[in-house]
Amino acid sequence: MSRTHVNCSVNGDAVDFLASDDTSLLDALRDELGLTGAKEGCGTGDCGACSILVDGQLNCACLMFAPEAEGTDILTVEGIANGDQLHPLQQAFLEGAALQCGVCTPGFLVAAKVLLDNNPAPTETEIRYALAGNLCRCTGYDKIIRSVQEAAVQIGAST
Amino acid sequence: MTATENPPKKYKYVGTRPIRHDGLDKVIGKARFAADLNLPGQLRAVIVRSPHAHARIVSIDTSAAEAMPGVKSVVTGADFPELDINHATFDESVNVMARDEVLYHGHAVAAVAATTIGEARAAAAAVVVEYDVIDPVMEIEDALADGAIIANTKNRTLFMGSDDESNLASFAPFSRGDVDEGFGSADVVVEGHFTTRFVHQGYIEPHGCVADVGQDGKASVWGSSQGHFAMRSKSADILGWSTDRIKVTPAEIGGGFGGKTTIYLEPVAILLSQKAARPVKLIMSREEVLRATGPAPAAEITCKLGATNDGELTTMQATMKYSNGSAKGYAAMLGAMSTASYKFPNLSIETFGTINNIPRSAAYRAPSAPQAAFAVESLVDEIAKAIDMDPIDLRVKNAVVEGDLTAMGAPHPKIGFIETMNAIKDSEHYNSPVPEGAGRGFGTGFWFNIGEQSSATVNLNEDGTATVITGSPDIGGSRASMALMAAETLGLDPMRITPIVADTESVGFTDITEGSRATFATGMAVTNACLELVAEMKSRAAVLRGVEVDAVEWVDGAAIVDGHDPLTIPEITAQAKMTGGPLTSTASLNAAGAGPSFAAHLADVRVDEETGQVEILRYTAAQDAGTAIHPSYVEGQMQGGSVQGIGWALNEEYVYSDDGVLENASFLDYRMPVASDLPMIETIIVEVPNPSHPYGVRGVGETGIVPPLNTIANAVSDATGVRMRNLPMSPPTVLKAINDAKG
Repeated sequence: MSRTHVNCSVNGDAVDFLASDDTSLLDALRDELGLTGAKEGCGTGDCGACSILVDGQLNCACLMFAPEAEGTDILTVEGIANGDQLHPLQQAFLEGAALQCGVCTPGFLVAAKVLLDNNPAPTETEIRYALAGNLCRCTGYDKIIRSVQEAAVQIGAST
Repeated sequence: MTATENPPKKYKYVGTRPIRHDGLDKVIGKARFAADLNLPGQLRAVIVRSPHAHARIVSIDTSAAEAMPGVKSVVTGADFPELDINHATFDESVNVMARDEVLYHGHAVAAVAATTIGEARAAAAAVVVEYDVIDPVMEIEDALADGAIIANTKNRTLFMGSDDESNLASFAPFSRGDVDEGFGSADVVVEGHFTTRFVHQGYIEPHGCVADVGQDGKASVWGSSQGHFAMRSKSADILGWSTDRIKVTPAEIGGGFGGKTTIYLEPVAILLSQKAARPVKLIMSREEVLRATGPAPAAEITCKLGATNDGELTTMQATMKYSNGSAKGYAAMLGAMSTASYKFPNLSIETFGTINNIPRSAAYRAPSAPQAAFAVESLVDEIAKAIDMDPIDLRVKNAVVEGDLTAMGAPHPKIGFIETMNAIKDSEHYNSPVPEGAGRGFGTGFWFNIGEQSSATVNLNEDGTATVITGSPDIGGSRASMALMAAETLGLDPMRITPIVADTESVGFTDITEGSRATFATGMAVTNACLELVAEMKSRAAVLRGVEVDAVEWVDGAAIVDGHDPLTIPEITAQAKMTGGPLTSTASLNAAGAGPSFAAHLADVRVDEETGQVEILRYTAAQDAGTAIHPSYVEGQMQGGSVQGIGWALNEEYVYSDDGVLENASFLDYRMPVASDLPMIETIIVEVPNPSHPYGVRGVGETGIVPPLNTIANAVSDATGVRMRNLPMSPPTVLKAINDAKG
């Protein structure tokens, strides 16, 4: 099968890769670019473990074909920190014990980041609905929600 | 919060909440799970799965598949050795790859490795299998019916002293006292039939592995497992290889909950790699996970309790039937064993396990206890209402304490059941009014926990930092626990300790992370290794100070000799070369004295009487941890277990078609709780130390899933006035129960 040459930006870097038309963007990120932070939990857009931002919009990378990434600006969990400076969400997740096995964590961080970018002071209910597309089977969500609340406070205090 | 807000400060590091050592890699996307590993020249593999729930395999023709582009190797059951049906790994052997009969829809019948995943999928579709289809045996009562079709012809009733083929997977009775006399003298007798359906553990990471068989005939495997030593030995059994030919390196594990205590893929990947002489990566899809890996057993439980008007629980009689899925197991027996939370002078339980054409069930957090406790705790709740007694007071009056007998007749060790229930009774939640129009339910549960074998090596580095090496996969923060116990024992800051989980060739044998045993048993091995290091450091300090070792004391991470400055760990390690060489210690053990962990939960729910929808308004979980080494991860186990139990209670179930095909094999249709379904899960850690562990650990991983089924059923029953006896309490089920009660 012939492959398409795709050019895009990932975590601020210009990248290019080859992808067949039926390759998911998730597989391209993981297998072609070696960015394995986004996980495949279901492949059907139901678990959110592959959450990424495409031009600022939250997407399941498993539901996009790789050639659709042409010309887009993509953010994955690997691009959330600023160098060795963790994003407040990452720091809050660590301090709040918001991860157990950690496989859903990248998706939660990306989904929570877009929430706080758009709504700096969400209510508990708003956080719960914003993250309802992300499955976690370890934590019961409690410490995730609290960590997002804490990150919102930290971000608010620093701006 | 903990039950004692300001406990006497007993430990310096145990009980604190440092950031876990493996946390950073997990928040920046660097942690390596099985599917994240790639090797040069790696092939991708796909399993061919049965489209029938029950069939004889007449023939398999792989010639077309082998001729497809990119295909490098194909295997079928004929490539694996036949194990004796009494071999401990027999059932896993045929589960990994079917031989002559297919036992469930999705059962593996062949596998293909090719240069790309697309080529592997195309070739898998070209494998031709001829089946002789048989009606599947789907329900427990169908399996036990006279003249039933045999669901698995390799099952034998050896436990009944017979070599007959049978759908009976197990039978075990437990009894004491005289139940007829007990019911005869009871003032109140309640009984009911309770049903639960198959549910899945629901780990977010699908099973996966990478296998590479080298020219020397040895296999290196990277896998997602709760026990990489067991993965090695089971793979060796299934392949007919010696254990030393397989090395397993544990990848990070993306959830297990018991479901990754068995194996599915590794022997297949090893054989494909050996045939192709290339590394092979084999990852399940979510659909494969749901169709072909371990559900927790469905159960049919009939239970009857007798009590006096003043609240003495005198008598329990039960018949517990559990389906093990396609292979034998101890599901039903474990259910019975985990019900004896009350003294019950008269008790009789008969347990039956069945074989059905459903995937071979796997452990799921306190396996079999939630179903049994659903029945018993529902009836205890009915008795409390019948005699108008507080549900906690009734349970406290009858609760087992140290020395009281379990269902199988052994006495309980020191336990904290009453303390745990009292923690709920004293909670702000219990003492606040039930919200208008809502119902409140209380319930309990416990799990025995186990010890088993663990090894640990602790190396003190030249600069006084330490590496703690164990063989227990970390499925929820156990590395942090290991570091904290080592820190406490050595007197060394936990952030100067690196806890790692080593491969099968770099640390001593260690059993599976199961039975809530890692922090208990592996923690004990770590503690023992550190105690040896402390003794060794004291003797090194004696050499350095020119005194007898008796003159050295170890205080807060330093050797103290009268008249001298303390010798700190970095000072001792820096001079190790002059005093006898590197400081390292290894400990291994078969841990005895696992401490049962009891939990008590409280839920407030509101039921929409038009739709049957249940909303959880407030939820509190109390559990006896013995000692909480890292309280945040103890709370996490309690919260995670609670929410899995909430899913089991309200939403989750396997839905099968008449021909045995799972109809909801996706996360969209197999509906696990999401954040917007839930309130915060309030936790109360109770600490009744386990006297058999150096820091009092009981193990907390499993118990949390036991109470929610009964607690929520009791709450929904309280809200609706209708007793809920069938799970899940999904909207149609609740609505039907309400409407049936109206007549």
